[in-house]
Amino acid sequence: MLPNVPPVCYLIVSALIFAIGAVGVLIRRDAIVIFMCIEMMLSAVNLSLITASHYLDSLDGVLMVFFVMTVAAAEAAVGLAIFVLLYRGRGTIKVDEINLLKW
Amino acid sequence: MIEYVWLIPLLPAVGFLFNGLIGRWYNLDKRVVSWVACSVLGLSFFFSILVFFSLLKLPPDARAAVPDKVLFDWIVSGGLKTVIGYKIDPLSIVMAMVVSGVSFFIHIYSVGYMHDDPGFTRYFAYLNLFVFMMLTLVLANNFLLMFVGWEGVGLCSYLLIGFWFERDAPANAGKKAFVVNRVGDFGFLLGMFLIFAHLGTLEFNEVFAKAHLLDPVTVTMITLLLFVGATGKSAQIPLYVWLPDAMEGPTPVSSLIHAATMVTSGVYMIARCHVIYSMAPVSMAVVAIFGAATAIYAASMGILQFDIKRVLAYSTISQLGYMFLAVGVGAFSAGIFHLMTHAFFKGLLFLGAGSVMHALSGELDMRKMGGLWKKTPITFWTFLMATLAIAGIPGFSGFFSKDEILWQAFSSPHGHLFLWLVGAVAAGMTAFYMFRLTFVTFLGQCRASEEVKKHIHESPPIMTVPLIILAVLSVIGGYVGIPHVLGGRNYFHEFLAPVLGGLPEGAGHASLSLIKSAYAAGAVEEIGSVNWEIILMVVSVVIALIGISIALYLYILKPDVPKRLAQRFRTLYTIVFNKYYVDEIYEACFVSSAKKIGTFFWREFDDGVVDRSVNLVAGLMLWWGRVLRKIQTGYVQGYALGILLGAVVVIIFLIK
Repeated sequence: MLPNVPPVCYLIVSALIFAIGAVGVLIRRDAIVIFMCIEMMLSAVNLSLITASHYLDSLDGVLMVFFVMTVAAAEAAVGLAIFVLLYRGRGTIKVDEINLLKW
Repeated sequence: MIEYVWLIPLLPAVGFLFNGLIGRWYNLDKRVVSWVACSVLGLSFFFSILVFFSLLKLPPDARAAVPDKVLFDWIVSGGLKTVIGYKIDPLSIVMAMVVSGVSFFIHIYSVGYMHDDPGFTRYFAYLNLFVFMMLTLVLANNFLLMFVGWEGVGLCSYLLIGFWFERDAPANAGKKAFVVNRVGDFGFLLGMFLIFAHLGTLEFNEVFAKAHLLDPVTVTMITLLLFVGATGKSAQIPLYVWLPDAMEGPTPVSSLIHAATMVTSGVYMIARCHVIYSMAPVSMAVVAIFGAATAIYAASMGILQFDIKRVLAYSTISQLGYMFLAVGVGAFSAGIFHLMTHAFFKGLLFLGAGSVMHALSGELDMRKMGGLWKKTPITFWTFLMATLAIAGIPGFSGFFSKDEILWQAFSSPHGHLFLWLVGAVAAGMTAFYMFRLTFVTFLGQCRASEEVKKHIHESPPIMTVPLIILAVLSVIGGYVGIPHVLGGRNYFHEFLAPVLGGLPEGAGHASLSLIKSAYAAGAVEEIGSVNWEIILMVVSVVIALIGISIALYLYILKPDVPKRLAQRFRTLYTIVFNKYYVDEIYEACFVSSAKKIGTFFWREFDDGVVDRSVNLVAGLMLWWGRVLRKIQTGYVQGYALGILLGAVVVIIFLIK
């Protein structure tokens, strides 16, 4: 980690990545892209957790990051399987074309 | 043995649970059901006798002071503490013996009477439940537990009157009995509330110990309200109307509930509360006057009825009137004495009527009977015993108890010549209508149809044995209380004296002002009173004999005279025959207006307000649902936006 970089810089970067991810989730139509955006948001959170952990001299944040990464990996496995099945069944993974679950 | 008093009511409850749950569920054989039902009653009767004898071993003063057998706390809430506890004293144990004993015999009789009924198991379950409730009523050591029994017997009465509920008449009769009883129970409840409000306890011992703290007005209020309860349960004016209709139930039920036990609970209640009743002379007078009025009024209606059970029903009301007359003039033990002998002979009369119905394929109209004595000899002779007892013929139980009541009505400080007169006339009417019933049913020509005639037969032994036992009791039951004036000893009164106190001052001593004025000197007074008692006794017997002779003349010697009399006094006949149109008057005054009020609230309040508001709420929900479901578009990103915005709002809220 670079010396003399104030923690706020890391947090700003983290916030930016998070915001980009969130916007991506909201505006992209392709399920896989949305999925990647979610991963981006998770990574942003990881970054801020690591920062906090480092500057507070505590291992709690690092521990959290491991959990987040585990969950993300599991999510990737389940999510990709869903997309595959969705494509087989409906021939598309564009989320705006998959709007069956409504009144 | 006294410790085991709780078994007396518990055993019938076990029988009820067994027959009601297991018997009904597994459709047990009739033999099992009847054996269980009768044996629990037999055991219960056995334990009552055991407790009675252990009580008898104690010295007289200790008998009333036996501590209550408390099983456990029932309700403990604030100032109210009520226990499940049983009171053991001569009064309660006499009642327990009468109730369990008569019930036992009637249970046995029912096994024969109800044999072919599809509701056999249900019948015995109800009957056991009834006995449980009745024993709870008479053994309770506080007003609340007594009230449980009081309501419980009312419930069983309802269930058993409407036993054949497939037909309209029994169902309606049950409903009528229940509603009329509710009116009385309301009074009982208010009386109980008043006691609790003023004394803070409902336990008999404490209430009676603290009773002197009450002011006269409150005591009068309490006793009058309790009496309202008694008029409902014991079918007195003005709430007697349900009892004649209650005859729609099976005949053993009429015998047990509507003659021998339940309807006498009002008398028992007043005797139990004699401490507070004695403090309220106004209430005593009211009780005595209502009792006397009921005695003569119901007797007059019994004279013209043709339905054999209804005659007996009016007779029951009339005899209950006697008991109230007795307790009203302060002769509590005389009232209980008559209660006991009445349980024997009236129970027997109803069972006899049931046996007659059994012989005549269910016929109730005595115009279609006659000449049965040859074909049903046991029924006839036992019925005759009971008739002689109720008519007050010397030597039979009814004579001793009725005569004691009449003497007390005359001589007690609460008594009055007029009360005696009413009682004596009612006694004559009783003798008349009972012998009319016996003559028309058993003597003369048989007026049944040919078809029915062929089947006339004596009932099986299972029905006739209880008849014989009760007939024996109807004859000898009175010898426990022979008046002193006849050289006997009133054991019954002596046994109850520790609880109910001595007979009122006037008894045995001519302290009545009427006589006093006639016999100024003290020495003459003593002799005079004895003479008076004998004179009155002879008079009442003569009145009874006159009643019997009139019945003999009208229904055996000159059977066409009654019809001509009815023609001559057509108006009077119509009024009395239609029971003074009281049912119609009640219908016009109370029932129809109550129905109108009910209909009003049903239509206007229930339909208009309650239902409408419920529907309004439901309608609102439906409308909101229709609007809000538009949000559920099915687009994932719409939901994601929602989550994001929500998170932002939460975060903003938290940061602030």
